[in-house]
Amino acid sequence: MIESIISLSYLVAVVLFIVGMRMLSHPDTARKGNGIALSGMILAIVASMLTPGLNNILLILIAMVVGTVGGLYFSKTVKMTAMPELVSFFNGMGGAAAALIGLVEYGTLPTSAVGQGIVLMVSLILGSVSFTGSLIAMGKLQGKIKDIQVNKAIAFIVFGIAIALSAYILYAGVPNSPLIYAVLVISLIYGLLFVYPIGGADMPVVISLLNALTGVTAATTGLLYDNMVMFMGGVLVGSAGIILTLLMAKAMNRSVANILFTSFGSASGTVATGSGEEQVAKEINLYDTAILLNYAQRVVVVPGYGLAVAQAQHAVHDLEKVLEEKGVELLYGIHPVAGRMPGHMNVLLAESDVPYDKLIEMDDINEKFSTTDVVMVIGANDVVNPAANDDPSSPIYGMPILEVNKAANVIVIKRGMSSGYAGIENPLFFEPKTRMLFGDAKKVLNGLVTEVKNM
Amino acid sequence: MEDILAYLIDNQQQIYIFILAVFVGVEVISKVPTVLHTPLMSGSNALSGVVIVGSIIVLGNTSSDNYIGLVLGFIAVVLATLNVVGGFAVTNRMLEMFKKKPAKK
Repeated sequence: MIESIISLSYLVAVVLFIVGMRMLSHPDTARKGNGIALSGMILAIVASMLTPGLNNILLILIAMVVGTVGGLYFSKTVKMTAMPELVSFFNGMGGAAAALIGLVEYGTLPTSAVGQGIVLMVSLILGSVSFTGSLIAMGKLQGKIKDIQVNKAIAFIVFGIAIALSAYILYAGVPNSPLIYAVLVISLIYGLLFVYPIGGADMPVVISLLNALTGVTAATTGLLYDNMVMFMGGVLVGSAGIILTLLMAKAMNRSVANILFTSFGSASGTVATGSGEEQVAKEINLYDTAILLNYAQRVVVVPGYGLAVAQAQHAVHDLEKVLEEKGVELLYGIHPVAGRMPGHMNVLLAESDVPYDKLIEMDDINEKFSTTDVVMVIGANDVVNPAANDDPSSPIYGMPILEVNKAANVIVIKRGMSSGYAGIENPLFFEPKTRMLFGDAKKVLNGLVTEVKNM
Repeated sequence: MEDILAYLIDNQQQIYIFILAVFVGVEVISKVPTVLHTPLMSGSNALSGVVIVGSIIVLGNTSSDNYIGLVLGFIAVVLATLNVVGGFAVTNRMLEMFKKKPAKK
């Protein structure tokens, strides 16, 4: 009776995991999705506590209280900017837990069970790699750990030794061999070697990959116990994690293989030797832009000559109306020489009935950028070029500009990567907070109107 | 070799489930906006804390004279709980940016 209740609870928990994760991937439902996944987890934990013949209940409860207090403390006190580090830390803890399970379970395994033995070794190795890897990733994000050049070949050899050693243990079938600790230590070292040479900027992708790895470890642990909630939950996290890793790498304009298998040193070498600066601007699509706009408090549009060329003044006014309906404040930041003549933008926007009090002069809008969530630069270039402020060698150095790079996000709507009227590169496009939305201004704005309406 | 084959045959059902679960995982997050990448990573990290179930069972099955087992099991439960509680709490904090203003629909 109790066993079937436990099994059914696990089943429900798995369904809650899936639904929760689905909801987590949409902004409107994300918070609820997190709650649903949490309720699934609580259900799974309670069910596992009911397992017949469970000893040391008091010890388990004490451990859970300690973990809960610690988890809540860390998550409440961490600064918003340090979140990814903390995620990495928590991920490492999960990996460590899985490795420890493997270690404890090894002593109780019958020597004849080769299949289970393999599963156990996989848990142990992957769990350990995930543990040390995550901690290094965390250290790198904090800037405490520098990039160290590690020969990839050495790392692979270390990994190979761990596998060979565990194969030998399984083959020899000697229980309680101290060799299992050797496998543990070597796997831990591999985790270090794996993440050390990867550059700090690529850490989010690596953390996502390690997260998927912990998922796989949870799945193998589940296999060991014939426990469906661990197995399904783990596989789910594993596969979703891999996809997420690919998506993140794509958003950063990097390939996963490139991140993992190109040594950091050689990667930076190519950038330095390339003719001019081989920086890569990051792209964004309509859907992602619409979400950013929809959840912003204040959006500032910086129009330029491109807006006039595309005749997009009506489209931008439409977007303004849709966003205001959603409670977003939209202002226009007008640079005195935006366009081809002074006042060009005011005339253009007045034509499409944009209220006059929304057109903000340069000095006033510059004060507001630090509290602006999203700046949309539409067809402007030189008037937002930060080189005018910080690069004395730039031909436009000293020109007053709209300091859009003080805002939280910058979206540049442009037809292509060409430079502006002054014919100079714009470092704004390569800043980490900047995303390029390529296309004709009118088409892009109309697309955004549709996307925001559909939110 | 025969042992391994036998193990695979015994666990056929798990293999089917594995394949289906992979597709579910992929399908579930097929279209994710960039702003949700980090929260989703954090959320799925919290879910990987499901090893807590294993930790509980390990500690619960350890006999009370196996001190090494008890210590390791205890640590495993603490760490897994950290993963679960911290993971969900941090995800929730990240998602607070989406809480604002009552949506007019």
